[in-house]
Amino acid sequence: MASLADVWRRREGLRALVWLSPWLAGVAIFFIYPLLSTVYFSFHRYDMYTLEFAGLDNYRYLFQDPRVLTSAKNTLWLVVVLVPATVLFSLALAQLVVRLKAGAGLFRTIFYLPSLVPMAAGTITFVFLMNPSTGPWNQFLALFGIQGPDWFGDPAWSKPSLTLLSLWSCGQLVVIFLAALLDVPRHLYEAAAIDGAGPWRQFRSVTLPTLAPVLMFALVTNVIYALQYFTQAMIASRVASGSTDSPGSSFSPGYPDESLLTLPQWLFQVGFRDYSMGYACVLALLLFATSMIFTLILLRQFRRAEEAS
Amino acid sequence: MSATATAPPRTVAAPARRDGVRARRRRLLVWIATHALAIALALMFVAPVVFIALTALMTDQQALTSDLWPRSWNWENFAVVFEKSMLLRWTANTLMYAVLGTVFTVVSSVPVAYALARFRFPGRRLAFLLVITAMMLPPQVIAVPIYLVWARLGLTDSLWPLILPLLFGDAFSIFLLRQFLVTIPRDYTDAARVDGCSDLKTLVRVILPMARPAVAAVALFQFFYCWNDYYGPLLYAGVEQDHLTLSLGLATFKAFHSVQWNLTMAATLLVTAPVIIVFFFAQRVFIEGVTLTGVKG
Repeated sequence: MASLADVWRRREGLRALVWLSPWLAGVAIFFIYPLLSTVYFSFHRYDMYTLEFAGLDNYRYLFQDPRVLTSAKNTLWLVVVLVPATVLFSLALAQLVVRLKAGAGLFRTIFYLPSLVPMAAGTITFVFLMNPSTGPWNQFLALFGIQGPDWFGDPAWSKPSLTLLSLWSCGQLVVIFLAALLDVPRHLYEAAAIDGAGPWRQFRSVTLPTLAPVLMFALVTNVIYALQYFTQAMIASRVASGSTDSPGSSFSPGYPDESLLTLPQWLFQVGFRDYSMGYACVLALLLFATSMIFTLILLRQFRRAEEAS
Repeated sequence: MSATATAPPRTVAAPARRDGVRARRRRLLVWIATHALAIALALMFVAPVVFIALTALMTDQQALTSDLWPRSWNWENFAVVFEKSMLLRWTANTLMYAVLGTVFTVVSSVPVAYALARFRFPGRRLAFLLVITAMMLPPQVIAVPIYLVWARLGLTDSLWPLILPLLFGDAFSIFLLRQFLVTIPRDYTDAARVDGCSDLKTLVRVILPMARPAVAAVALFQFFYCWNDYYGPLLYAGVEQDHLTLSLGLATFKAFHSVQWNLTMAATLLVTAPVIIVFFFAQRVFIEGVTLTGVKG
């Protein structure tokens, strides 16, 4: 059958389809099917044993559930404070490392390593370090006459504490920014210097424009990660409150005072601890919609970057 | 340059030289300032690890006080962690998840990235869009139906629900590999094609040898993702002690031994140490991988 072999050779689309087919099957099983099921379950009451049609009840409950508003506010805080703080701090750190002449490699390693520390270990460490009475952090502040707060135990300080944790583990972003900074053409700085531009002016007119796509990419991906914020908040709550989390336990998510309750946390509690699978699916769809909006923004950014290069 | 006794002639060179001295002095000051700042920051980055190590060596009574320096060095704390927890079991579980997960990811993601980067076909943009969407999708969004499927198959209470899906490709790895593969000039594959290579042969003989750094980065990233994953194991393996992974075990460890900060810190060190050791062996791969994600993205 020479013709079949001929078709095979000429039809790139056909060959691509064969290469892609396992993945496409995966997409169907682990992406499209669950997404459709989530929509289906969202109209039902479901506790893993009985499935009962509920119409729009789950959706109506969304507007009565005070936890949704709380978690939305907490997420907004993360998006408005934690993400920009982390991105800007990483950029500043990269700028500093670029300028170092002595020991640059050592400093780079020191700033990068914390980002490799398992998140569970890092979070437990910070809860310990910021222990209000015995932790080293407040003792350090006391040297300057500052009375440190109850960090992870105080609803006003729990999110700032996690922000410090994310500054500590920002190494990956630093490496990304460092690479971008090294890509800025040297002669642009020389030209700017000849034109009498000071360091700040050079940063604004040379560095920032070259860095803009990477910066934007970092911001949007970090916002998407902020929407998924789970592990650090969960472990901080759990360790700081000293409670265990096992199915059926009376663990209150978001300790202290629901200040660390994010939407993924609440979804986890509703679906996998209280077994209200139907309502959990409504929360999942809310999370999906929000993430998609930011993914689309990211994509536009991405296309622009690809066109530029 | 040697200093001369005679006064320099009155030309433009004199103020220029004075400017040169001033500029050099200023550069020195900037040098000192940046390095001082870097040292201060570096100390703050290292401090947490130092305090963990010091606390890990204290007695449990002392760990509850505000002392920062151990009065006695209790190296046996590390042994106690092994006795009081199932650390070895947790490591074995984590290792199984990470190793199988990495192998599955690489084997399944390379062909997909290859097809996305090299073949021209209608719907190529759509396929790439699907990769990005899957990459950005919070895992919690689709958790409920997937959990129910695994529960029906009787595979909850194990790590299989996390490992098996990786046989179908991992979106982040596909994305990273595709980004790398599109940068390989077409001439190479065209030459292979002219020589009569099949697609598979082209992939194995031409593409893969060139893509080694990207494949290494993907493997390392996936390994660390699995090693550090908390959410996945919490969902599927988070009940019985002997099913836990290191991240999960560490988080429950604190709860069970709530007053024993010294043991908790010793356990934290034991969980972190392998990661740091691997980093020192594979520094370049890490750094290259990270830059690949950010800049070429």
